[in-house]
Amino acid sequence: MSTVAQAPDAIERDELAAPAGATRGLLGSLLRERRGGVVLAAVLLVLQQAAAQGGPLLVAYAIDRGVPAFRDGRHGPLVAVAVGYLLCAVGAGAFQYGYIRASARVNQDVLLDLRGRIFRHAQELSLDFHERYTSGRLIARSTTDVESLRELLGEGLQELLAVVLSFGLICALLVWLDLGLGAVAVLSFVPLYLLVRGYRRRSGEIYSERSTAMASVIVKFAETMNGIRPVRVFRRERANDAEFLGLNRTHERTNGDALIEMARYVVGSRLVANTAVAAIVLWGAYRVATGSLELGVLAAAVLYLRRLYDPIDRLAMFLNSYQSAVASLGKIAGLLAQVPSVPEPAAPRELPVQERELPGREVVFDDVRFAYREGGADVLPRFRLTLAAGRTVAVVGSTGAGKSTLAKLLARFYDPTDGRVLLDGTDLRDLPVPELRRGVVMVTQEAFLFSGSVAENIALGRPDATRAEIEQAAKAIGAHDFIAALPDGYDTDVRKRGGRISAGQRQLVAFARALLADPAVLILDEATSSLDVPGERAVQQAMRTVLRGRTAVVIAHRLSTVEIADRVLVMDAGRIVEDGAPADLIAGTGRFATLHRAWRDSLV
Amino acid sequence: MSSIDAPSTHPSAVRTLLRLWPYVRPVRARWFGAAVIAVVASCLSLVIPLVLKWIVDGPVASGDTAGVWLGALYLLLLGVAEALLFGYRRWLVARPLSRVEADMRGDLYGHLQRLPVAFHDKWASGQLLSRATADLMLVRLFLVFPLTFLVVNGVTILVGAVILLMQKWTLGLVLLVPVVPLLLLAGAFERKYAVASRRSQDQAGDLTTVIEESVLGIRIIKCFGRHRSQARAFRELAGELRGTELHKARLLAGISAVMTTLPELAIGTALVLGTVQVADGDLSAGTLVAFLSTALALRWPVDSLGYLLALCQEAATATQRYFEVLDEHREDTGAQASSEPQASSEPQEGRPEKDGGLRFEGVRFRYPDADPGSRPVLDGIDLHVRPGETMALVGATGSGKTTLTALVPRLHELTAGRITLDGRDIRELPRERLRSMVSVAFEEPTLFSATVAENVRMGGPELDRALETAQAGFVSGLPDGVDTQVGEQGLSLSGGQRQRLALARAVAGSPRFLVLDDPLSALDVHTEALVEASLREVLADTTALVVAHRPSTVLLADRVALLSEGRVTAVGTHQELLRDSAEYAWLMSGLSASASAAASGEEDGR
Repeated sequence: MSTVAQAPDAIERDELAAPAGATRGLLGSLLRERRGGVVLAAVLLVLQQAAAQGGPLLVAYAIDRGVPAFRDGRHGPLVAVAVGYLLCAVGAGAFQYGYIRASARVNQDVLLDLRGRIFRHAQELSLDFHERYTSGRLIARSTTDVESLRELLGEGLQELLAVVLSFGLICALLVWLDLGLGAVAVLSFVPLYLLVRGYRRRSGEIYSERSTAMASVIVKFAETMNGIRPVRVFRRERANDAEFLGLNRTHERTNGDALIEMARYVVGSRLVANTAVAAIVLWGAYRVATGSLELGVLAAAVLYLRRLYDPIDRLAMFLNSYQSAVASLGKIAGLLAQVPSVPEPAAPRELPVQERELPGREVVFDDVRFAYREGGADVLPRFRLTLAAGRTVAVVGSTGAGKSTLAKLLARFYDPTDGRVLLDGTDLRDLPVPELRRGVVMVTQEAFLFSGSVAENIALGRPDATRAEIEQAAKAIGAHDFIAALPDGYDTDVRKRGGRISAGQRQLVAFARALLADPAVLILDEATSSLDVPGERAVQQAMRTVLRGRTAVVIAHRLSTVEIADRVLVMDAGRIVEDGAPADLIAGTGRFATLHRAWRDSLV
Repeated sequence: MSSIDAPSTHPSAVRTLLRLWPYVRPVRARWFGAAVIAVVASCLSLVIPLVLKWIVDGPVASGDTAGVWLGALYLLLLGVAEALLFGYRRWLVARPLSRVEADMRGDLYGHLQRLPVAFHDKWASGQLLSRATADLMLVRLFLVFPLTFLVVNGVTILVGAVILLMQKWTLGLVLLVPVVPLLLLAGAFERKYAVASRRSQDQAGDLTTVIEESVLGIRIIKCFGRHRSQARAFRELAGELRGTELHKARLLAGISAVMTTLPELAIGTALVLGTVQVADGDLSAGTLVAFLSTALALRWPVDSLGYLLALCQEAATATQRYFEVLDEHREDTGAQASSEPQASSEPQEGRPEKDGGLRFEGVRFRYPDADPGSRPVLDGIDLHVRPGETMALVGATGSGKTTLTALVPRLHELTAGRITLDGRDIRELPRERLRSMVSVAFEEPTLFSATVAENVRMGGPELDRALETAQAGFVSGLPDGVDTQVGEQGLSLSGGQRQRLALARAVAGSPRFLVLDDPLSALDVHTEALVEASLREVLADTTALVVAHRPSTVLLADRVALLSEGRVTAVGTHQELLRDSAEYAWLMSGLSASASAAASGEEDGR
């Protein structure tokens, strides 16, 4: 296979481009769907802020009106202050309570939605994408990147709303109290805005770097933990430590950079704020001294000013989580923008109703050609092939001959570059997933088990299967005995106590799963490689009955499998070079005859 | 008001967080420096109201405009100092605290690499990953923010309280009344929140596990068109997490509502009383302004307490989860009995032919997490692989073959009995040394994200010879030859290709002992024959244990051991066993005893 050397592409650099505006669009679409909740939270927050900002106003009133009135023996204004303060205090608390709950609901719904979208989308993306994107990155997208959005929503957005609202309210109050003082306060926003803008620009880059660095750390971490046995045996611990240290340090550096950028911002914003306070006090006090301003107004103005600039640090924290969330969201949007190369049909069709009694269906590769990438070398040059319904076909050939690719096209893990794959005359591309999987199921060499019980793992083939059906499938394939001997039988958790299951046993479970699915076409891709001879025999025995009437494609290098086949295809370099009944081919002088002889000899 | 002490009402959280000390210790000077600076800066902001009071009662009252200028200048200086100090504080801890996070992650990684394999069997890697990422971020956040600010706010509140009491102790007392109920509430809140945040972090770990499995098992999910049901299962778990988070929000909402309302009520009361006093002439207007200004300056420190406590609690839970793993015992380095005479020298001189090679004596093994009463997986294995001999291990699926091979490099500890290499108990060898003597090719050929050459060289230096032995000629056809990146982050290879590279890795170091777990299962007949031929040369002078499922693999061996029900029930040549053991004949079934010639390749069994 002569793969052309490729420059690292976007996937390898972890820089999947999201279309312009996709990040914002994603956030928008997440929030839009729960507009009601967002509005409720915003209203509660406005009320909460209004209640919380009432204090200084009451102070001004108390000093300027309450004191003289009290001196005159009128208690009304002071009572009003007392009642007003009581209402503000209780209101602030109650609205705070309501707001936190309402916003938590929105936040959690957004997160649930986003997690679900990433998960579903990743599941729908085709295998070629998964093979290149790597599991570590996908995990990083759905964990740490979602986490940074959680921070933004949980703390950041709340801060921002609170800050913006209190800015607005306080500025309005200041202007109302005294136009001049208010104007100065509003003016001070100009340098603050410039500061914020500069900070955003600089930190954006740093945050994106940091998120990439984190993903590398995760990839390395996950790879080590999943391959812990070879790590041990080949004494990789120290080399791994060193490599991990490097990745970890890169992350540490970007992390430090981000924090230092933040420190710069804090100094700048505090300087602006404190200068503004000094200036306003100077002017205000000057005017009170000269008699053109009331003392109470100055007092209220000063109290508000302190509040006005207090949340500036928190604004920086918001910017922090905003930057990191934008970087993460960008990556997520890039992932979500990936189009499955094996899409679900726009106009799904059903398979024709089975006329025959038997479950098998006819498969036709109609002028199919396949290359992994556009313009790449053909893995399978153009060919036509018809597999009769209900027959078992064995595909043999050396590694890289294209056997697995043929199988993957039939299972629609890939779509052909040209031509069509037809199941009883229907293009696989027109079948919706459930229909497709009733049609074609593939058992591969790698038999991955999911957490959960053995029964659940088998039931993956058909979730509505009863326990009896599950056991029946296991019995048919010869897996019942070992499963029954597990500590909790079929309910044994494969990840827990005593749930250790050998590679051969895992393959049996995979078989049982496929049997339970009861497909019209069954593809076995090296599915018996880890079984011992009796295991394989049992499977073959079962196959004889199970495959009867089904269309089956069996890829195996153990030629014993061929014994159950009606027809043998020999592949070489992507082409079918021999095709015929096993007995005919064995009797001939072609490759298969040679292979078969070699295999016979190897049996002693 | 001692908000600093608030967490100490629950020693467990504090004690947990104290465990972070060894990591913080190297950066303690900077951290404490930063905390002190933060306290000073906070106190500066408390001085500002006093300057205000001075301005109002002095220059303003007397119409002294020059005094107003002076007061404003003081304010400006205080403001500049505060700004610089805040920035300096952040600058001080920015790098050190990132370092703390990185160090903790590095330690976790290093520790996990050295934990017994049995630990990894038990723990889903998603749970480990969430500890290395989300939990450690919480810890860093804790050190940067809540911890410092609990101290800062605590001191600020204390100083503020003193200032308030000094200005007008009666009014001050009014403000301090809510402190006691607040402290009690904070305690109750912390207890409940601890439970909820632990649950949420565990659920997040489970979610990570599901994500990871769904990615690793993607082929199977696709095969059966199960991505919808997988997504449903995911949604359910994510929904549970959402429920827990909402519960947390409810707790937080409650505490912060109280934390907002009570102090505000106190301030309102103080305002009314103060106004009366000003009207009565007992209090100057400036004092009241300063007093309220101080009280309001204390609002944020008080408001934030609930939030800070919540963060501390989450950090404590994260720390607990972190140390849960770090407290697991590592594999020892082996050779704890290195002082014993036997271990002091190389193979026991004298009788190598008797003690040499690989010997299992009364080996019993039960997985450490299995029921102590259950039947051991291996129950009294006695087997001797002579030096230079290749022994095939044959047994029915699930008979414990793979388990037995894992015992040789000490991936698991024997329950009883011993294994010796050239006469030395493997427990007397340092693990490092043991594993450099024994090379293994696993049934599941895992390659790491590195080049082909690097992957193979993990086993030893002889790259070309190893690739040749494993018949990995396909490597030269890869985009960058032996420098092609493979593994998780590289080119994906077929099962057969990976298996051959794993085999090459195992033989690259010309190890004295070789353990191969069904090394040819994914190869096609043609390649298998080629690999067998070249492997034979390597095996000729290597002591090897080869798990075999098929006659073709068995023929690599000089003798065969039959493993059945956790014991070795028969040892002999392929032919002998075929003749004498019904079970063996069954395992190799369908074979006629006539084709015996091939077994005569009795090589140099020294």
